Amino acid sequence: MNNVEGKLFIEPERYEFTAASIHQFELARRDFFKILGAGIAVFAVAKDAPAAQETAPGHRSFHNEDLPKDISAWLHVGEDGSVTGFTGKAEIGQNIRTELAQTIADELRVPFESVRMVMSDTALTPFDAGTFGSRTTPTMTPQLRRVAAAARDILVEAAAKEWNVAPTGLVAANAKVTDPASGRSLKYAELARGKTLAQNLPAEDPITPAIDWTIAGKAIPKVDGRAFVTGRHQYTTDLQPAGMLYGKVLRPPSFGATLTSFRQNETKAMPGVFVVRDGDFVGAAAPTEREAQEALDAVKAEWKEVTQISNKELFAYFKQNGAAKTEDRFRKQKGSIEEGLANAAHRLDATYSVAYIAHAPLEPRAAVAQWTDGKLTVWTGTQRPFANRDELAAAFRLPESSVRVIVPDTGSAYGGKHTSDAAMEAARLARAAGRPVKVVWTREEEFTWAYFRPAGVIEIKSGIASDGALTAWEFHNYHSGASGIETPYVVANQRTEYHQVPLILRSGSYRGLAATANHFARETHMDALASTAKMNSIDFRMKNLADTRMRAVLEAAAKSLGWPRKKTREGQGFGIACGAEKGSYVATCAEVSVDRGSGAVRVVKLVEAFECGAIVNPDGLRNQVVGAMIQGLGGALFEAIEFENGRIKNPRFSSYRVPRFRDVPEIEAVLLDRKDIPSAGAGETPIMAVAPAIGNAIFDAAGVRLNNLPMVPNGLRLA
Amino acid sequence: MAKLTELEVNGKRYPVNYPPDTPLLYVLRDELGLTGSKYGCGEGQCGACTVLIGGAPRRSCQVPASAAAGKPVVTIEGLEKDGRLHPVQQAFLDAGAFQCAYCTSGMIMSSVGLLQTNPSPSQADIVQFLQGNVCRCGTHPRIIDAVCQAAKIMREHGR
Ligand code: FES
Ligand code: FES
Repeated sequence: MNNVEGKLFIEPERYEFTAASIHQFELARRDFFKILGAGIAVFAVAKDAPAAQETAPGHRSFHNEDLPKDISAWLHVGEDGSVTGFTGKAEIGQNIRTELAQTIADELRVPFESVRMVMSDTALTPFDAGTFGSRTTPTMTPQLRRVAAAARDILVEAAAKEWNVAPTGLVAANAKVTDPASGRSLKYAELARGKTLAQNLPAEDPITPAIDWTIAGKAIPKVDGRAFVTGRHQYTTDLQPAGMLYGKVLRPPSFGATLTSFRQNETKAMPGVFVVRDGDFVGAAAPTEREAQEALDAVKAEWKEVTQISNKELFAYFKQNGAAKTEDRFRKQKGSIEEGLANAAHRLDATYSVAYIAHAPLEPRAAVAQWTDGKLTVWTGTQRPFANRDELAAAFRLPESSVRVIVPDTGSAYGGKHTSDAAMEAARLARAAGRPVKVVWTREEEFTWAYFRPAGVIEIKSGIASDGALTAWEFHNYHSGASGIETPYVVANQRTEYHQVPLILRSGSYRGLAATANHFARETHMDALASTAKMNSIDFRMKNLADTRMRAVLEAAAKSLGWPRKKTREGQGFGIACGAEKGSYVATCAEVSVDRGSGAVRVVKLVEAFECGAIVNPDGLRNQVVGAMIQGLGGALFEAIEFENGRIKNPRFSSYRVPRFRDVPEIEAVLLDRKDIPSAGAGETPIMAVAPAIGNAIFDAAGVRLNNLPMVPNGLRLA
Repeated sequence: MAKLTELEVNGKRYPVNYPPDTPLLYVLRDELGLTGSKYGCGEGQCGACTVLIGGAPRRSCQVPASAAAGKPVVTIEGLEKDGRLHPVQQAFLDAGAFQCAYCTSGMIMSSVGLLQTNPSPSQADIVQFLQGNVCRCGTHPRIIDAVCQAAKIMREHGR
């Protein structure tokens, strides 16, 4: 009864996929210099490629000649001193373009303005698994630092050679190498002139500790900001290569429907319009979007639909179909739950649920595809350009080298743009039309044919001692995922288990994925336990917390809100929640106002303390943190996908409510900068504690525990 | 319906061949190549397509192109004058009031429209006016700051 007939599987933790060594290194050294001009370059050699052994770089040695073909470029310093960094990561609004350029400038010791990033282009940038799971900052910034350090080494070495001195005493700073002994110096531009020097990336290179950063760590504004406020930046949806047609796809009436008959109304055949049928795919390409739509309207198609379950039956279905035998990796056990529960002074069991929600990125899924001499180029807003390339290559039976995927800086994704659907559609139509084709999903398509944050049911059994110490913690998540499932609280007897369930709606990553669901359940439950123990929410958490980083964010958030706050108004309530995931820590405080008469709930204030190690760009980070808080508010209060008979019932902004200006409370973000801890990502964790903090505040205000997300899609119903 | 032959956009006359009932957004983007105005929903619910028609902010996805005939249309591309950003653009830039920035043109055009009729909006006025503009990245607080800042600058410079 899967809506997609078992073809797709839920990807519980896509971001656990690592950058496997599928090496695709297109650009040989010679071609590289041909494109970018002479200068200095740093390449990375495939770790396990045989070629790597032959050229394993002795530290600080040059490899001017005969570099293996299996190389990919990470950095280039041009003859004019301009620096180009290469990364397979995509800019999707998280401001990583700026952060990575800052990182390179910092480590290479050049002005920020001289660094340009080439990003997410499968023909130009090194392989990358994708931009998700808050992985860019913890993996890509140290990688680019090592690359920049290696480039700095080459420049120092070149200067040493020039002056016939030992490189050890020379200093690289301000885009120059200086010899303190003689006072002479050479600009990087001068050192790069007329050279084609390249070095392979050393296995390890000492990089600058956060405490000594000069450009990283600063609030540098988004690069190309001007292109965005003038409308000049071209997103995928804006591209119009010469001769381009507009593509449209005929969507089945419901999920999983198959095409049983197809007829084109010949009399309506229009010049310059292409209609394609390929299996269940039907699409049209035409000189205007309207004509493409008209061509599809003229198609007579019949579909065979399959029975589907609706969101009303969903949670019962999850419970009935959840795998009783979970995979080992999704099961953790410590001590004895039975004993922990038997020894508890108080027990508390509860069930929680979360609905499917949509990413609804404002730029819908889109792609422009162009075929030239049997080779395919696709521009598309995706978080996984290399995976998209592989999927396209497989679908069109091409070698990967014949497919190039380029990601223009994209109108956001939030985990929703992993797949290659639009790219596939545009490519299929472009092949039929023999011209470039652009496919831009409508909002309705976006809400229907993308994938969702999975819904889920969570069951908790717990016990505490009379002093409030946890004695038992049993936690089962059905379907939504294992991310953030483990409790950060100290408890001797615990069991956590994630039960996979056959897929209902197509599901995948979403900012924080299941961490939001798991934190909602856990932190709501912890609050309920605090009430049971007659303890203050913070004292109760502190009693059960050992992790100092978690304690620090809790303290910071509480202090910023002025916890414990006295209620000064009818219907006022305060709540707190905390969590940790992917190396970063968050605590959120909420103040709400509940109107007992109407049931209206207003979030008045959100305060969040966030710590992700050494901060690379506090301005970008603040944007991310505040953004996550506002996005989290939608899922907490009212966002939910409704479906029935394989159809989405609210596929529009007029029926699917997203946070708008009036919903936005007063917001405070407290960023803790830990220069002694490696930087972690920040795209996800800041969303996790928002819902439980709001829920706990609603309890404080109205005495009602809300265990289901969204909590108040239709206001609060008070008994 | 009368045939639409011409539109005046950003002070320039453009010949138009698209059918007159085509939403203005598609004529601007697809026929005239002015892609700064964005598609976000096509139902007047997100504001990404906002332009000024005869000085008033309108959702261009909801306006047939013919309705703009004979009226000056201003899009995000038309705000910058002689290489100088409009104060609202400058304020958005200074405040870093964007993340993915896909909503930004619509936010700026709506704000320009607001400030034309209300040069000293309160925070509540801004919230009220921008209620129809969606920012999925959650940049709302900075957008409000940017509009306040732009209003201040425009008052000071009498624009
Ligand atoms: S595209 Fe016009 S309001 Fe959304
Ligand atoms: S900045 Fe991304 S939608 Fe507003």
